[in-house]
Amino acid sequence: MLKLENIQAGYGNILAIKDVDIEINEGEIITLIGANGAGKSTTLMTISGVVPARSGRILFNGREIQKAEPDEIVRMGICQVPEGRHIFPQLTVKENLDMGAFLRNDTKEIRRDIEYVFSLFPILAERRGQDGGTLSGGEQQMLAMSRALMARPKLLLLDEPSMGLAPLVIRQIFEIIKQINAENNTTIFLVEQNANQALHIADRGYVIENGRIALSGSAEALLKNTEIQKAYLGI
Amino acid sequence: MDYFIELFCSGLTRGAIYALIALGYTMVYGIIGLINFAHGEIYMIGAFTSFIVATVLSIYGFPLLAIVVLAGLAAVVWSSAYGYTVEKIAYKPLRHAPRLSPLISAIGMSIFLQNYVLLAQTSDFLPFPTLIPEFAFMEPVAHIVGSTDIVILITTTIMMLILTVVIKGTKVGKAMRATSQDRTMAMLVGINVNRIISVTFIIGSALAAVGGLLIASHIGQINFFIGFLAGIKAFTAAVLGGIGSIPGAVLGGLVLGLTESFATGYVSSDYEDVFAFSLLVFILIFKPSGLLGKAETKKV
Repeated sequence: MLKLENIQAGYGNILAIKDVDIEINEGEIITLIGANGAGKSTTLMTISGVVPARSGRILFNGREIQKAEPDEIVRMGICQVPEGRHIFPQLTVKENLDMGAFLRNDTKEIRRDIEYVFSLFPILAERRGQDGGTLSGGEQQMLAMSRALMARPKLLLLDEPSMGLAPLVIRQIFEIIKQINAENNTTIFLVEQNANQALHIADRGYVIENGRIALSGSAEALLKNTEIQKAYLGI
Repeated sequence: MDYFIELFCSGLTRGAIYALIALGYTMVYGIIGLINFAHGEIYMIGAFTSFIVATVLSIYGFPLLAIVVLAGLAAVVWSSAYGYTVEKIAYKPLRHAPRLSPLISAIGMSIFLQNYVLLAQTSDFLPFPTLIPEFAFMEPVAHIVGSTDIVILITTTIMMLILTVVIKGTKVGKAMRATSQDRTMAMLVGINVNRIISVTFIIGSALAAVGGLLIASHIGQINFFIGFLAGIKAFTAAVLGGIGSIPGAVLGGLVLGLTESFATGYVSSDYEDVFAFSLLVFILIFKPSGLLGKAETKKV
């Protein structure tokens, strides 16, 4: 479904990702783990077209998309929930969700999808008229994921959904990620520092170090890998 | 008491027009963080366009109402085209440049447009035709508040209501707010940010054009330089209200207009600008974020 080939990207003179090859198949949950500054977020921003790729190719269903504008990429069905959630602080919960459906015009279906995300996260229904900026961290994460779902993505990119959240909320978020994947056959690309949790719900994983893919394999294999255990799982 | 009311009304009129122009500054600042110093010139071009159209139409003997409407429409369309083009030429190529670069580009654009109108039209003051008649029903209060003032107040109120509906209720309006709050995220939900920026410039320019028409018919003369002072005053109003805040621009405009009016009436008309800019200095010292503006803080 999505294929990154020798992708290089960065900011100014800094090359944040030097050589990234990733392949994601339809229906999978793939995780990308790595330390701070390894290039995880840059990888996602490059897929979304916000950070331009300096070289290499990105193929989505066989089509080259590395030159496409961010809005075209959303139109193709790739949506991102960025790190730090990026809720529009002065838009209400409902308006944030409307913005998620920005490229859609099927009012009826949009309304149905709003009901769907409210069923996933009932707390959002209660807060629908409240400004996004007044929500707690966990609620903001739920809203950010719901907003991305409003575009009916084929591929959902999640950047550190567990960051800064309480363990209970993290468990809930990961449950929902599995549910979204199973119910809608949405392919998930999950970037995490929380390698343990991520590998437990993923089919396969990639490990990024200093802007290069250092290791990849099935999630079980990575969980058993002694180097990974030492570096990322704290065992 | 009559004198007080008279000053109050003329202050409101003045303030409403400042507010109309200030909205353009504040909306552009809200979206791309730029003080568009060429905005005053867009207003001046609006005044010139309506002048030319009104003069031509009155030669052909059009009725007054048709002249006003057509001149207004022409000014709105023409100024919007200028606003759109200025953004594309002078600001868009500098989107990722350091913040100072587009600011200097804006000042350059302002000087360019002034001189362009100077060369293409004239350096003289041109008498602007009286587009707003003295209404008969205003006769009893005409010594306190003129018909022009009433028309200006009603027009600006309507413009602001339309703007509010657009910003609050429409998809484009929501996208504008979203873009001003978080540009990266706006891109990630599929908003074409460049298009939203263009729309912002077009709306701001249209409001300035209406302001240009109204003030020109109020004062009765125009020249190529009127955009400078009006621009600076409207900028003051925007800062006063809190730049980036739309209600702030309206409030700032009204406060500035009333201050000027009372200062002129009770102190001396020589001190009009002194009071206006003193207000700016005080606000910058005591409440730099403006009356309704928010201090820039970021939740991490």
